[in-house]
Amino acid sequence: MMGGFGAGGGAGAGASSRRVRTRLTSRWATAAAIALAVLWTVPTLGLLVSSFRPADDIRSSGWWSIFSQPRLSLENYAEVLLASGASSANLGSYFVNSLIITIPSTLFPIVLGAMAAYAIAWIPFRGASWLFVGIFALQIVPLQMTLVPLLQIFSQLLHISGSFPAVWLAHTIFGLPLVIFLLHNFISEIPGEMIEAARMDGAGHAQIFFRIVLPLAVPALASIGIFQFLWVWNDLLVALVFSGGTVDVAPLTQRLAEMVGNFGRNTHLLPAGAFVSLVVPLVVFFALQRYFVRGLLAGSTKG
Amino acid sequence: MRADFWGSLAEKAAIFAIGIAAFVAALGLILFLADRAPRRGRDIAQLLVFLAPALILLTVGLVYPALRTGYLAFTDRRGDWVGLDNFVWMFTQPGTLVVLGNTLLWVLLVPAVSTIVGLAYAVFVDSAAGERLLKSLVFMPMAISFVGAGIIWRFVYEYRAEGFEQIGLLNQLLVWLGGQPQQWLIGSPLNSVFLIVVMIWIQTGFAMVLLSAAIKAVPAEQLEAARLDGAGGWQRFAHVTLPSMRGTLVVVVTTITIATLKVFDIVRAMTGGNFNTSVIANEMYTQAFNRGEFGQGSALAVVLFIMVLPIVVYNVRVLRRQRKAR
Repeated sequence: MMGGFGAGGGAGAGASSRRVRTRLTSRWATAAAIALAVLWTVPTLGLLVSSFRPADDIRSSGWWSIFSQPRLSLENYAEVLLASGASSANLGSYFVNSLIITIPSTLFPIVLGAMAAYAIAWIPFRGASWLFVGIFALQIVPLQMTLVPLLQIFSQLLHISGSFPAVWLAHTIFGLPLVIFLLHNFISEIPGEMIEAARMDGAGHAQIFFRIVLPLAVPALASIGIFQFLWVWNDLLVALVFSGGTVDVAPLTQRLAEMVGNFGRNTHLLPAGAFVSLVVPLVVFFALQRYFVRGLLAGSTKG
Repeated sequence: MRADFWGSLAEKAAIFAIGIAAFVAALGLILFLADRAPRRGRDIAQLLVFLAPALILLTVGLVYPALRTGYLAFTDRRGDWVGLDNFVWMFTQPGTLVVLGNTLLWVLLVPAVSTIVGLAYAVFVDSAAGERLLKSLVFMPMAISFVGAGIIWRFVYEYRAEGFEQIGLLNQLLVWLGGQPQQWLIGSPLNSVFLIVVMIWIQTGFAMVLLSAAIKAVPAEQLEAARLDGAGGWQRFAHVTLPSMRGTLVVVVTTITIATLKVFDIVRAMTGGNFNTSVIANEMYTQAFNRGEFGQGSALAVVLFIMVLPIVVYNVRVLRRQRKAR
């Protein structure tokens, strides 16, 4: 703990004056923290307020006018989610796409990564250590380095470009190095006696993996899963390159980026549109913040 | 449209279900077969089954493409070898020099400001009343997509001509203070700074959470000993807390630096790289995918890689030292 703030006490002649001083510091520090927190929150809060204002109000005045003209409506949400027509936002469909992209793109790398991590940690073979270091180093190959050739493989060799499997595969590949690294750190800490005992009983690696390793790794899997989920849900680059950009496959981020490109026409739709995409990560964040922080502390190099 | 929506929804749900089922079935089958393999080769079969899927994906999806991009960087848009032309282009064109300069500005400002503000905030809220709530508020932008953050800040920066009612908070504040509204995202080079603010807004929470955990991990006895030696609050912070956080500070700065080098979505969503705001990651996308200049795009990706490389090498060395220590 930082002893300097609020944790006064102790004996000596200067104790009481020091206690007063630390409390003053602490009060200023708290005030500064609150000011920063407000500064950090107001932009998001303003957009949330905007999203519930009638379209004409959004275009003609700032969200703070809500205090003088308290008019609220859900029409923006109805329009971005439900309106039909070629030029409508159509976010309902994109929301579905985001879900269909994100769930397998979270599940696949975690399962495959857990298997690889288990092999590196518990199936003895020569070069395991080097392999692990190599995979760790891969983590930081910029996505940009891989896009052009990978797209060529998808479109010319596999003929899956612009489909959900292409996006799943791309996210699985990009997620694997971090997943393997984090899960290896966790799985290698499992007591060796447990694995050995199971081996003595004649269990194969598949049985040990499913009966012992996976159940023990649930907290780590949860943290990393949340991380990967948010990363995929929030991604724009991978989606732009591999989804083909159509309403059939592309996620919310892609459609929103498109809408911002025509800011003038979409001004009244963007606040509601943004919150349609923000609601999932924000719910995940506030409900599962502890796991999220744990994942973050465990390893924080990705992308 | 409604029927259309439900029709396509059913189709997407089917693709989803087939995808998951195929994955589970394939995995189940090879795991089952590996455990049934003849006793002699069983260990090798099992090793392959566990490692091969991930290794094949990494080789085909990361290692090979990265090497190929390295090669493409020396070719033109038709794929013919052009030597160092793309790199010469990059360092001589005024347009791309602006891009490189912007990237440098991002890399200098974002890690420094995010880390300092994050550290100050972590110290301020430490054991304050409502610490958890205060931390959540600053941390929240981490959960938001760069595109979402871009929209949030587009509205903060929005400009209306003088005399009209402002809808952007920043210009409204300026008008209230008696100033004239500004087009924040148009005027170079200050517009890059306004984009950088968005990245700082996102990364400060990250720095704060990691640094806060490090502050709480400082041994209480050391702080107490320093206090008995007569060290004041600031001295204790500078001589006890800060040195013990060195490792975390390095992680925070390197992570934010890497994230900043690769920043793409913020620029894409807020200015599209116009008005001299482009950065390497965005320019790479524009060259390769909007203009079809795969050689120039690849060369930019290679430069990105080279900029990240020293940080990777450092991290790998730290990791190997840790593994040796175990």
